[in-house]
Amino acid sequence: MAVSAQRLKLQGIVKDYPGCRANDGVDLTVGAGEIHALLGENGAGKSTLMKIIYGVVQPDAGRIVWNGHPVTVENPARARQLGIGMVFQHFSLFETLTVAENIALGLPADEVRDRGALEQRIREVSEHYGMALDPRRFVSTLSMGERQRVEIVRCLVQESTLLILDEPTSVLTPQEVATLFKTLRKLARDGCSILFISHKLEEVRSLCDQATVLRQGRVSGHCQPKDLSASDIARLMVGDDTPIATQVSAAQPGDTLLQVQELSWQTDDPFGTSLKNIGFSLRAGEIVGIAGVAGNGQEELLKVLSGEITLKGEAIRFTGEAIDRLPPGARRARGLAVVPEERLGRGAVPVMSLADNALLTAAGQGLVRRGVIRRQRVREFARDVISCFGVRCSGEQSSASSLSGGNLQKYILGREACQSPRLLVASHPTWGVDVGSAVAIHQALVKLRDEGAAILLISEDLDELYQLCHRMGAICNGRLSPLAPASELSINQLGQWMAGNFEVEELADAAA
Amino acid sequence: MLQLERRPEASTTLRWLSPLLALALTVATGFLLFLGMGKDPIQALTFFFITPISDLTGLAELGLKTAPLLLCAAGLTVCFRARIWNIGAEGHFLIGAVAASAVAVSVGEAGGFLVLPAVLLAGIAGGMAWAAIAAFLKTHLNCNEILTTIMLNYIALNLLLYAVHGPLKDPYGFGFPQSVMFADAALLPALINGTRLHIGLAFGLLAAVAVWVLFARSFIGYQLNVVGEDHRAAAFAGFSARRLTWFALLVGGATAGLAGAAEVTGPIGQLVPQVSPGYGYTAIIVVFLGRMHALGIIAASALLALTFIGGEMLQIAMNMPKAVTAMFQGMLLFYLLTCDAFIHYRIRFRRPLPAGLSQPAAPAGQEL
Repeated sequence: MAVSAQRLKLQGIVKDYPGCRANDGVDLTVGAGEIHALLGENGAGKSTLMKIIYGVVQPDAGRIVWNGHPVTVENPARARQLGIGMVFQHFSLFETLTVAENIALGLPADEVRDRGALEQRIREVSEHYGMALDPRRFVSTLSMGERQRVEIVRCLVQESTLLILDEPTSVLTPQEVATLFKTLRKLARDGCSILFISHKLEEVRSLCDQATVLRQGRVSGHCQPKDLSASDIARLMVGDDTPIATQVSAAQPGDTLLQVQELSWQTDDPFGTSLKNIGFSLRAGEIVGIAGVAGNGQEELLKVLSGEITLKGEAIRFTGEAIDRLPPGARRARGLAVVPEERLGRGAVPVMSLADNALLTAAGQGLVRRGVIRRQRVREFARDVISCFGVRCSGEQSSASSLSGGNLQKYILGREACQSPRLLVASHPTWGVDVGSAVAIHQALVKLRDEGAAILLISEDLDELYQLCHRMGAICNGRLSPLAPASELSINQLGQWMAGNFEVEELADAAA
Repeated sequence: MLQLERRPEASTTLRWLSPLLALALTVATGFLLFLGMGKDPIQALTFFFITPISDLTGLAELGLKTAPLLLCAAGLTVCFRARIWNIGAEGHFLIGAVAASAVAVSVGEAGGFLVLPAVLLAGIAGGMAWAAIAAFLKTHLNCNEILTTIMLNYIALNLLLYAVHGPLKDPYGFGFPQSVMFADAALLPALINGTRLHIGLAFGLLAAVAVWVLFARSFIGYQLNVVGEDHRAAAFAGFSARRLTWFALLVGGATAGLAGAAEVTGPIGQLVPQVSPGYGYTAIIVVFLGRMHALGIIAASALLALTFIGGEMLQIAMNMPKAVTAMFQGMLLFYLLTCDAFIHYRIRFRRPLPAGLSQPAAPAGQEL
């Protein structure tokens, strides 16, 4: 490729953080009009590299060459001045302002004096790239997909020639993803370079021209993703020693364990989601999945099931008994285990040792007698979990916060699994977890299922859901779609459900 | 531009050394302070720290002042471990003293071995009742316990004043606001004959041991720790924050109430308005200085008790103001908190952005 066509070139980028080298001599070249994927597991150094390009952090060594000229990107303002735009995973928009006002905030003062001209420009840009946006709407009224458009349009109005997108599809329904990709391809044809950060390999294969794979801070390979299979790319990401998928046998469902009917709950949190008329059932020996974009009531549903929120009625029946009023401890005693979404700060107390964290939910396993902690038994229990689930740590006395996300997640799941629950509710069990740990977690869930437990899997990862679940549905704005057998549920239909269109209800009910 | 930046790893050794470092800095600042006042600093520090404990009587006095501090601190440790910021030990203490005195006065000259337990139990019950108000306000009306307990301290003080000016006033006391002297049956036995040291110190040590057992062995102690460290994990585990709040505050009220009862039945022998020189407040410093640990609060209680006696000694021997005690207590807490801050954070110098570059205009979240 000719030098002039190289939009961005990184050479030997090094960034040290206390205790770890986040980037270790990373080279990356993005051509003009190229859609370039940056792949890697959590902790591989993708975020750090992006922050260096966008000027959020400074590299300790290495060169950044922009359109053939070496540059120093001191801060994000400088990055924007150069033409580098970034769309973060967590949007940075003011909900109480309009689309135009949000975009105006990122522009020099003299460009925003004429509000009418700005609105006109926003309309032009958004329509040109097929991302219809009304500049006068308040951000609080926009869907996640529309908010992402605002972020992208903001970069385009700033005349960015390199657009960095950090996990852009994680908040979108499959339909929204398709629209986004159309837009990105059009952008690339017009000469804009795109750096696409993801760990969803199929998306990368369908969208990107080139890919750079990071592993433990180093570049572990370059490839043209269209020419490789997803599992080949996964190999590049995780190395040769890690299994990358679980073989899941068919489920053998038994009796109904959990029956939820007309479950409604009104939140008093202005950013929370109320649950509306939720109903489903769960049988022993099956995994039921609930898909959905984050913030649509998953967290509330989990809390209602775990007992962190108690209810008045008789909407939740577990082995025939209404458990709405029972606190978490009583539900746990009946065999209902929960793995929450937040590992540190809910599933485990960060400063406490793994042994002490075992007591958090496993006190009923003979670890406490007449109010006195049996330290020896606690240590044995923790050691059992650590060895059964291959938790990498220096022992049961190491603090929860010292473990990597994947290892802590294995420990928390193991803590629940070792208590032989009859029902396990797991929320995003592999979120932010390395591939090796994710496989181990999937295997543990399937093993638990085969031992006769019912499992409710709440996840945003559709691949995971399709791989593990016997039946699945989606939650949107606090309402649950009907559940359908995973083998008969098309991704299209699931996407409709994730977006809240449950019209095909009767049809799907018949199928279930 | 100065910035506080979190250290990647806080040193465990320094965490335990920081109370000693704070003490050293306090002594050093005291040295400069005395020098500035034109007093001989060596002599003043000797009077403050050494002279009070150089004979048996002095040590007994130290034990006498340690007892109420240790009792209050033991209860506060239970609260603070659960991050329930009970500032109300002073109020519990005063109500405990009033309740104990009410029983002691009403029993009068009647003897019997049940009198003293009844008096002490009245003190405990009084302290618990006072703490229960704050517990109710927190668990049922979601009132911040820091504010309610501080306000309740003032109400308690006024109740004490009412008691000594009204119902509990000695009718033959020449109008002084104080109760009659208690009968012997209502007084605590001495621990060392010939000194004022009474068995209140034993109560304090027992309370410290109880705190140690609570947090080292019991499940409820573990639950208190979890609530303190991470209330969301506690909610997830199903530990009832409401129940634990009641438990912690009632324990705090009981020990401080007992301390108040032991003060009126011990060295004072009657109810007087100035029954506490601020033991309940000083106990807060004790708990932090003692690292919320049983052994730590024993040592810290003795040290803070010394500041009371040392302050008196300086008033008498070198004609210094009473504020010296408060100064030293304040410096200790200040230096301790400062040392703790630097264990977890370090100072970084940051150059301001070069001229000509505009500040980033995007929402602040982006720069993180």
